[in-house]
Amino acid sequence: MSQRIIVRAVELVGSGAGGKGSTDILIADGVIAELGSRLSDAKATVIDADGLIALPGLVDLHTHLREPGFERSETVLSGSRAAAIGGFTAVHAMANTNPVADTVSVVEHVMSLGDSAGYVTVRPVGAVTVGLGGVRLAEIGAMARSRAKVRVFSDDGKCVSDAQLMRRALEYVATFGGVVAQHAQEPRLTEGAQMNEGRVSGELGLEGWPSVAEEAIIARDVLLAEFVGARLHVCHVSTAGSVDVVRWAKARGIPVTAEVTPHHLLLTEELASGYDANFKVNPPLRRSEDVAALRAGLADGTIDVIATDHAPHPQEVKDCAWADAAFGMVGLESALSVVQAALVDTEVLAWTDIARVLSSMPARIGHVEGYDRGIAAGAPAELTLVDPAARRDFEVGDLRGESVNSPFVGLRLPGRVMATIHAGNPTVLDGELVAAERVAAAATKSEGRGRG
Amino acid sequence: MKHLVSTKSISRDEAIDILDVAEDMSDVAGREVPRLPALRGKTIVNLFYEDSTRTKISFEVAAKRLSADVITFSAKGSSVSKGESLKDTAQTLAAMGADAVIVRHPASGAAEVLARSSWIDAKILNAGDGTHEHPTQALLDAFTIRRRLHGDHARGHGLDGCRVTIVGDIEHSRVARSNVWLLTTLGAHVTLVAPATLLPPSVRAWPVEVAFDLDHALAAGPDVVMMLRIQAERMHESFFPTEREYSTHWGLDDVRMRRLPGNTLVMHPGPMNRGLEISSGAADSPMSTVREQVANGVSVRMAALYLLLIGNEAEVA
Amino acid sequence: MTARTVMQQADISRALTRISHEILESNRGGSDLVTLGIPTRGAVLASRIGAILESIEPGSGTVGTLDVTMYRDDLNRTLTRTPQPTRIPPSGIDGKTVVLVDDVLFSGRTVRAALDALADLGRPRAVRLAVLVDRGHRELPIRADFVGKNLPSSLAERINVRLHDVDGAEDVAIEP
Repeated sequence: MSQRIIVRAVELVGSGAGGKGSTDILIADGVIAELGSRLSDAKATVIDADGLIALPGLVDLHTHLREPGFERSETVLSGSRAAAIGGFTAVHAMANTNPVADTVSVVEHVMSLGDSAGYVTVRPVGAVTVGLGGVRLAEIGAMARSRAKVRVFSDDGKCVSDAQLMRRALEYVATFGGVVAQHAQEPRLTEGAQMNEGRVSGELGLEGWPSVAEEAIIARDVLLAEFVGARLHVCHVSTAGSVDVVRWAKARGIPVTAEVTPHHLLLTEELASGYDANFKVNPPLRRSEDVAALRAGLADGTIDVIATDHAPHPQEVKDCAWADAAFGMVGLESALSVVQAALVDTEVLAWTDIARVLSSMPARIGHVEGYDRGIAAGAPAELTLVDPAARRDFEVGDLRGESVNSPFVGLRLPGRVMATIHAGNPTVLDGELVAAERVAAAATKSEGRGRG
Repeated sequence: MKHLVSTKSISRDEAIDILDVAEDMSDVAGREVPRLPALRGKTIVNLFYEDSTRTKISFEVAAKRLSADVITFSAKGSSVSKGESLKDTAQTLAAMGADAVIVRHPASGAAEVLARSSWIDAKILNAGDGTHEHPTQALLDAFTIRRRLHGDHARGHGLDGCRVTIVGDIEHSRVARSNVWLLTTLGAHVTLVAPATLLPPSVRAWPVEVAFDLDHALAAGPDVVMMLRIQAERMHESFFPTEREYSTHWGLDDVRMRRLPGNTLVMHPGPMNRGLEISSGAADSPMSTVREQVANGVSVRMAALYLLLIGNEAEVA
Repeated sequence: MTARTVMQQADISRALTRISHEILESNRGGSDLVTLGIPTRGAVLASRIGAILESIEPGSGTVGTLDVTMYRDDLNRTLTRTPQPTRIPPSGIDGKTVVLVDDVLFSGRTVRAALDALADLGRPRAVRLAVLVDRGHRELPIRADFVGKNLPSSLAERINVRLHDVDGAEDVAIEP
């Protein structure tokens, strides 16, 4: 009954071998059964992957799936579909839902919604503080020991700005083997802030968001992490100064990891000039100097992972004056193309590095099992087949979530995910999503097998 | 002109053209029938999301002098969320056949959003958006300066070589922004004077000089001193310590006023805080253009409406 | 495609002299006379007529300009029109005889606009119309009181008036 698949003539990336040339991959019972050339299996579905490259399944450390509470923006199912078409096989669902993911019941609910949708592994992120209120710690231990096995805790959207509370959170989360993912934004320096503070904000008359508001929190937090001996993860680093602080912290041996979003690797503050709120995001788009520093930070390992910060919003909170609009942009569907444009085509990173920053490292930080070996015999069958030679004008029609607030619509982008395989089952074939019923049915079977 | 949202995109020739037309419009005020039939049958909507009696009335008079039908819509205090109501209101106005919408909004960029949107294809005239721009205020300031410099022979002139010092809360001032772009386009040299807390980020990238010391700036002998309104709320946000300290360092008081040559123009976009950024003596002196600015506002707005609503649509400002 | 010249410089100045005399004659003298030209070329002609009037009868050469741009009925159909200055003599037009001057009388719409503009400026005792050329094809019940030259033309033809002050040359030509 289990699905058997042969991926024919693909170029492997991130296998550790680093060798070129085409390989066949046999997938059976949810794992990679065999790698080789001219594999054959009478019962297998064959995916012709000539000209494609195989990446290990992409893992997003930072996704807003909006369910429960904001299903008009996104649901676990719709967000999972957006993830799959973008080549992801696992996502971390941020805690700023309604109710907030600060209890066992919410994180288990989100996880099971993800399981039944079947497109990706949904790993809930737990809130650090009750209701993201920044006052009392949430029941971190209970969430860590729940069925959802939460390992990443974040008040993302809000900064844990109270230094004492942050110190306690770092220590307490470490107790359960997890990590605090900090949204670094000094609240008083960013009251009413609308966009990066600088030349453009000055001309547009939009309240500035100073880079120091991010850098000061990161500097404080790495020192706290060092002092208490706990691990820290910094969400969506966006400024050159932040990269410098993290680089300094790592050189000092502080256990810190950092992420950057695809949009901060490609877009700049200039895009705010037309007051199109699709470019309004938290943290804001910065200067081209910052974009260059972020790319350099990825190249030298200062920044560990790329995470989308996929943040869907309904049209009415974007179709308005800038100051009245919501922060955030969707990014799952476009992530790999944007990363290719910003890093691969510019020769900042090679595809093997992409496999690291978009798969193995985020999986390690988030404790997602099965990604440490990449594409290897015996590893879980989580992989993504990409046509790096494809070019397309990115359109609203390329989005698969509930929301269309993408800043990339209208841009010509390279690369395209042609197939995604999650837990041994295809979720994307021929560049299009596999139907929801088929994916859900396959997921149920796999789960039965796993439990059996 | 397609829309009038910002002075940044207005060329020198366009600016002089608007000012010249405003000269013709100002003649109308003194006539037996102060009215022109040019915009007969046009519907102009005054869409105000912020209180501003003065600007609203100025536009209303301008539109009526051109024989347009004027509808004033005060959207302030609407229960709908601001964002939704902007789109909804725009679509409503479009359905009613508005030819031009004069919009005042507390959010920077609101006029630009309307102009770029597909919600309405009327001409959009920005009457002040947040802390971004207020183009007709800058045009009336330029008009006032030009008239004082050139009298009845102002037509065709720019403001070449004119030295204008703008003092006060530059950071939060849409008047300052519009004036910086327009006055420098017209050839004036602009100096901004304020404490560092009230200067916009990266102001050094602007085509202006920046100074902290008002006395020093006034000693340089500017042709025009433009005082901006300072809002008392800024004090509570620690932009400056007290009103007294602000007034002492950056207010145009009687002592500073006496030191200015008699041909210096003293301007203020209003409404004034007498005794704070400007003394009563300064505001009421013959050097002050405060009252002229109000009268010229109507002429300049007539010119803007006329040029927006008549003729071809090849140009965009 | 060649233009046919129908008035030379000398013809134009003779016509203006004759018109000036006719104005004085019909007005029974030069008292309370205001000559207003419609920009651009009408204003040039008005100032020349004013100079001739003044030379014949001192005090009768009061001139001004009357811009009719804002009163046109085709504002929405044409390119942007920048208005020209209107200059009314300080004595005003109330109770005066106003002579409107234009270069070419054609549909009559410009004169219609001028009459509306005048009404907003005051109440003249009488309004007369002087034109250098009347080419016919009226669309409104308007006629000129003083005409330099009647020039029957087809609608397809163009009447081109050039004056030194504006065009650097001086003549009237018909272009096919």
